[in-house]
Amino acid sequence: MFASLDPVVLARIQFAANITFHILFPTISISLGWVLLFFKLRYGKTGDESWMAAYRVWVKIFALTFALGVVSGITMSFQFGTNWPGYMETVGNIAGPLLAYEVLTAFFLEATFLGIMLFGMRRVSNRTHTIATLLVAGGTTLSAFWILALNSWMQTPAGFAMIDGRAHVTSWLEVIFNPSFPYRLTHMLLASGLTVAFLLAGVSAYRWLRGDHGRDVIHAMRTGVVLAAILIPLQIVAGDLHGLNTLHHQPAKIAAMEGIWKTEKGAPAVLFGIPNARTQINDFEIAIPKLASLYLAHDLEGEIKGIDAFPDRHPPVAPLFFAFRIMVGVGLLMLAVSWIGAWQFRRRGEPAPWMARALVAMTFSGWVALVAGWYVTEIGRQPYLVYGVLTTAQAASKVPAAMIASTLAMYLALYLALIVAYISVVFHLARKAGAPPEDTAAPDAFQTPQPVLPGQPRSKS
Amino acid sequence: MNPATLPDLTQPAGWMPLVFLALMGLAMLIYVILDGYDLGVGVLLRRADDADKDRMIASIGPFWDANETWLVLGVGLLLTAFPLAHGAILTHLYLPVAMMLAGLIIRGVAFDFRVKARDPHKPWWNFAFYAGSLLASFSQGLMLGLYITGFRYDLPNLLFAVAVGLCLVAGYCLLGASWLIMKTTGSLQLRAIYWARRSLWLTALGVAAISVVTPLVSARIFEKWFSLPNIILLAPIPLITLGVFVGVERLLRKMRDLHARGNDRWCWVPFAGTAVIFLMAFNGLAYSLFPYLVVDQIDIWQAASAPESLAVILIGAAVVLPTILGYTVYAYRVFWGKATDLHYY
Repeated sequence: MFASLDPVVLARIQFAANITFHILFPTISISLGWVLLFFKLRYGKTGDESWMAAYRVWVKIFALTFALGVVSGITMSFQFGTNWPGYMETVGNIAGPLLAYEVLTAFFLEATFLGIMLFGMRRVSNRTHTIATLLVAGGTTLSAFWILALNSWMQTPAGFAMIDGRAHVTSWLEVIFNPSFPYRLTHMLLASGLTVAFLLAGVSAYRWLRGDHGRDVIHAMRTGVVLAAILIPLQIVAGDLHGLNTLHHQPAKIAAMEGIWKTEKGAPAVLFGIPNARTQINDFEIAIPKLASLYLAHDLEGEIKGIDAFPDRHPPVAPLFFAFRIMVGVGLLMLAVSWIGAWQFRRRGEPAPWMARALVAMTFSGWVALVAGWYVTEIGRQPYLVYGVLTTAQAASKVPAAMIASTLAMYLALYLALIVAYISVVFHLARKAGAPPEDTAAPDAFQTPQPVLPGQPRSKS
Repeated sequence: MNPATLPDLTQPAGWMPLVFLALMGLAMLIYVILDGYDLGVGVLLRRADDADKDRMIASIGPFWDANETWLVLGVGLLLTAFPLAHGAILTHLYLPVAMMLAGLIIRGVAFDFRVKARDPHKPWWNFAFYAGSLLASFSQGLMLGLYITGFRYDLPNLLFAVAVGLCLVAGYCLLGASWLIMKTTGSLQLRAIYWARRSLWLTALGVAAISVVTPLVSARIFEKWFSLPNIILLAPIPLITLGVFVGVERLLRKMRDLHARGNDRWCWVPFAGTAVIFLMAFNGLAYSLFPYLVVDQIDIWQAASAPESLAVILIGAAVVLPTILGYTVYAYRVFWGKATDLHYY
């Protein structure tokens, strides 16, 4: 049944499924680590026990997220070999050290200090514990640095020479700080911040709507909303700069994102349409004349290269076209919600009920924008694996289609189940955190400030 | 290719692959022993009652994340330092690798979900933790078996691989049980002693089976072990292994009485002994295979990255690995002694 399917396509779907699943969790742990550090530092500074209460709720979500990130990350390190043996054979000299540094400097920093951060609070001093938290947060961020250096290098390779069909490094600085790296790293870190901001705000709004009006809930919700309101304009600017950088280095990707089939001067901005690869036009197109030339070339009559400029070296148009619009759409929604929310907080110190509901609905909106954005950039690199150097088909393994398809089915079922479990457990933790036993303990906490090492197991963990 | 043609070891292209082989071997060895015990505890979980389950999980809670990253490091070094072998080995092991990954994913998340999910779901996550641990352990054994016999997918070799899979599960159970002997007290410790005795025999069988089969697969390996003077020089490896097996077995027999008298002085010995058994088995295997990464087909020099790239990784490894080892020791010291309940603060 699967024999007729193209093994390369299957391998791509499998790898994409895997990496999509994986990225959901590091995205959260990168920024949530810093948020936890922020909660701890606020507690240290103000002595306000509710910051510590917020820390305790969110550290559990962090642990869960981290575990999912670790296990899906292990899968990644194997699938390079099982799905893309040609990748390491060709560019192993570059990808190898970057991946090695990711594992060496970051993964270990996180995983080893994580034990102390999660379970060691009673066994080490408060200071050591804060340092462990800092190292975990720093480790996750460093992890992102190396892996994005490699990813960006695959998009805009630099600093190497091909000798006998294998890439050899000529300058590590050029490899790491390749042309798209600063933009992609910034874009990704901001995306991580936004994902966590909406997660914080959404889960807290959920608790708030259930009548849990504790100060820790308000603290976390306000942290989320304000963080989002600050980050989203920065993200829009960073995204725009990233787009211009892409236009310079990968014009075919931009053409597909914008749905521009033919090279033209004064290209329109297509708001909506259904790209038709056969007729090479957009069906049901709604477009604003000359706008794309304006924001891409900063000139109403600027020339924008269309898909026709890249015969059989361009990515598929429809997935990029839609994914890009989803990402931008979610981004605009984030802007509206976070700014109105921040304004309500400023005026009344709490959100209006409809706003709280909107925040709950947007809890995982960061994931949607993130995945859509990554699809734009990764599918946009096709048909190459390393842009202009190695095509995806060249790197694929010779594993039979049936075997890929069966394991793909297994992975998909597993991932789907785990995402459902993750989301429901996050909300379950939110409900449990606001359960009655805590409310009765709360007034007590105000009268007698509790030590850093409260003995009662708030929620048996 | 003729193994006699050793490359010039004074050149970076000659010695650096050796260094990376050593690092990779070290990472794999540490992985097998460290994740071995927590996988073993996972497999044993099904045999414990509910209160003991929580204590068993608590005994591995602070460590399992870090333990699994040694696998990432080991495979990462294979991927980054020996890219050709990484592709060859993992495409041959496609199916068992997928099974192992599924197992590791399931147990990893079950660990966190079981304490955070709704109470009625807890038994389900406990089972997932057990099943994932079992699947991961068995798949690793399967991979080892297939690897040793040079990826030949015919019936005798597959049977051998399945046997190695079962024995590795037993080996991990032995590690897990002796970890529990060390980290717990009371009735759970008593049960762990019983589990350790049960799994010891199957572990011994597995070590023996691999020792017999490896020389039979390759005339070169046979020659390496059974020619003079090698056979005498290498005799300590099997002899020490045998000695430790006997020693651990006798101690475990006595431990019931010691336990009854409240004497816990020897609680660390079974774990240390099992670790030595794994170390010896690993040494024997490493000696057999060297210098090949794929039995008699791809050696480390053929598979290695360019020396310039290896040098870059080596700098990072030289700084980071000692640090990692240092704070791994630190983390174990922080959580030293008998396991207590886990709290997230």
